[in-house]
Amino acid sequence: MANERMLMKGNEALAEAAVRAGCKCYFGYPITPQTEIAAYMSKRMPKCGGVFLQAESEIAAINMVYGAAATGVRAMTSSSSPGISLKSEGISYAAGCDLPCVVVNVQRGGPGLGGIQPAQSDYYLATKAGGHGDFYIPVYAPCSVQEMADYAVKAFDMADKFRTPVMILSDGLLGQMMEPVVFPEITDNEPEKDWACTGHGNKRRHNIINSLYLKPEELEESNRERFKKYEIEKAELPEVETYLTEDAEIVVTGYGASARIVRSAVNAARAEGIKAGMIRPITLWPFPEKAYAETVETAKAYLVVELSMGQMVDDVRLATSCKRPVRFFGRTGGVIHTPAEILAQIKLIAKEELK
Amino acid sequence: MTSEIQLAGFGGQGILFAGKVLAYCGMLADREVSWLPCYGPEMRGGTCNCSVCLSDEPIGSPVVNDPDLLIAMNEPSYTKFIGAVKAGGYAFIDSTLVDSANARDDIHEFRVPATRLADENELKGGANIILIGKLIKETGVISMDDIEAAIRKIVPAKKAQLIENNLRAIKLGYDYTE
Repeated sequence: MANERMLMKGNEALAEAAVRAGCKCYFGYPITPQTEIAAYMSKRMPKCGGVFLQAESEIAAINMVYGAAATGVRAMTSSSSPGISLKSEGISYAAGCDLPCVVVNVQRGGPGLGGIQPAQSDYYLATKAGGHGDFYIPVYAPCSVQEMADYAVKAFDMADKFRTPVMILSDGLLGQMMEPVVFPEITDNEPEKDWACTGHGNKRRHNIINSLYLKPEELEESNRERFKKYEIEKAELPEVETYLTEDAEIVVTGYGASARIVRSAVNAARAEGIKAGMIRPITLWPFPEKAYAETVETAKAYLVVELSMGQMVDDVRLATSCKRPVRFFGRTGGVIHTPAEILAQIKLIAKEELK
Repeated sequence: MTSEIQLAGFGGQGILFAGKVLAYCGMLADREVSWLPCYGPEMRGGTCNCSVCLSDEPIGSPVVNDPDLLIAMNEPSYTKFIGAVKAGGYAFIDSTLVDSANARDDIHEFRVPATRLADENELKGGANIILIGKLIKETGVISMDDIEAAIRKIVPAKKAQLIENNLRAIKLGYDYTE
């Protein structure tokens, strides 16, 4: 049974994997296209001794996660783009308190209420502007239902390991689609949490979880300490998939749902004799810069494909030190690029940049 | 080989369920499969559609733009999708609800009065599965064994009588000749 292939929606697979990873508290508020996560948790949590609570708002939900995480249990919330904007304050507080928790963003089109169809326009929000203050959180970008499950588990492990909120940046396509999934074996990676606020009957010093530092020197010191942790995260966390990049003259790059379509386009380009390859970042923060640097000598041009007006494209320019032309192709608002559209862009680059 | 399938009709006709049955068939045959529903306001009434890919290779885009196979269960769906079917592809039309004459001469169009057959055989709501029966007969994309296994897998034990109904619907479509 354990290794059975099951046909599930990405949202449901993520929720089930979170439960298996030991998530004991889920707090959420409905919003398309992620509501299946909350719906699944509402059925599943009471059966496994966990807590499901539909909060009165996204802000309440993230603050419930903040409270639960402070007691050391694995806690998660999920939402879609507008809801993540609302959670930003709470994410910043959790980062400021070094609290492990998992936040899932199943992106939809924006800005504002936008639409309910898939988009990838929260890249900046996830990787650069998760809330006020100096902080980063690891961001995983799955590209299949299987990875929705795999990285849900990993997100909890890394959150605990580095005492940080971790984001899973998905989108409406991955959340809504069904694919076969095999749930990963769970190894018990939950460390002792001697910092957690649990009742102890005055047997030890109180643990205090707080992000308020009124003395400037103390706040600066805490920020410096946290940034030392980020250096370790930058060394240990980057994950990337490369595909046919060894001899690629045109490196096409995209994450999540876009990467699936990029792969089809790269295959089509190869069939026409164009040396194309793909870099797919799995961690968006820390960005897998090395994979790009390694291709700079062989690649003649890069093409960034996103369901946005161009957000990851900045990181690709930095990772390639602007040594090669970096072009962008994006669709927004819920329109999803076709493999043929991306192939046309690759051919255009082949014509203009490969002389 | 990859089969890209588009299913479309009214909300309530079981479009998403029919897609799920096909996806399960693919999975039980150890193939790569994807199922992508429309999840917009359509699913609360109005037109509804769903994309299914069955493949022997990893599936890139789960969005079906040019289907190899189309199941169309109402007039708006027929009008919207018939032009997109790949040349040489197949279309299975519920002729109880679609009046338009064949729009293409470069694809195989099969018309089955699925809603009428369902009503006559006390299989209310089974028109979707009747069309799948015809699809199995004409394309061989999935096998009878797999469809039976898929239906047994999807229908919950509590509703066992629905298994027999679905299997009857498959056979009705499979045996139907114009």
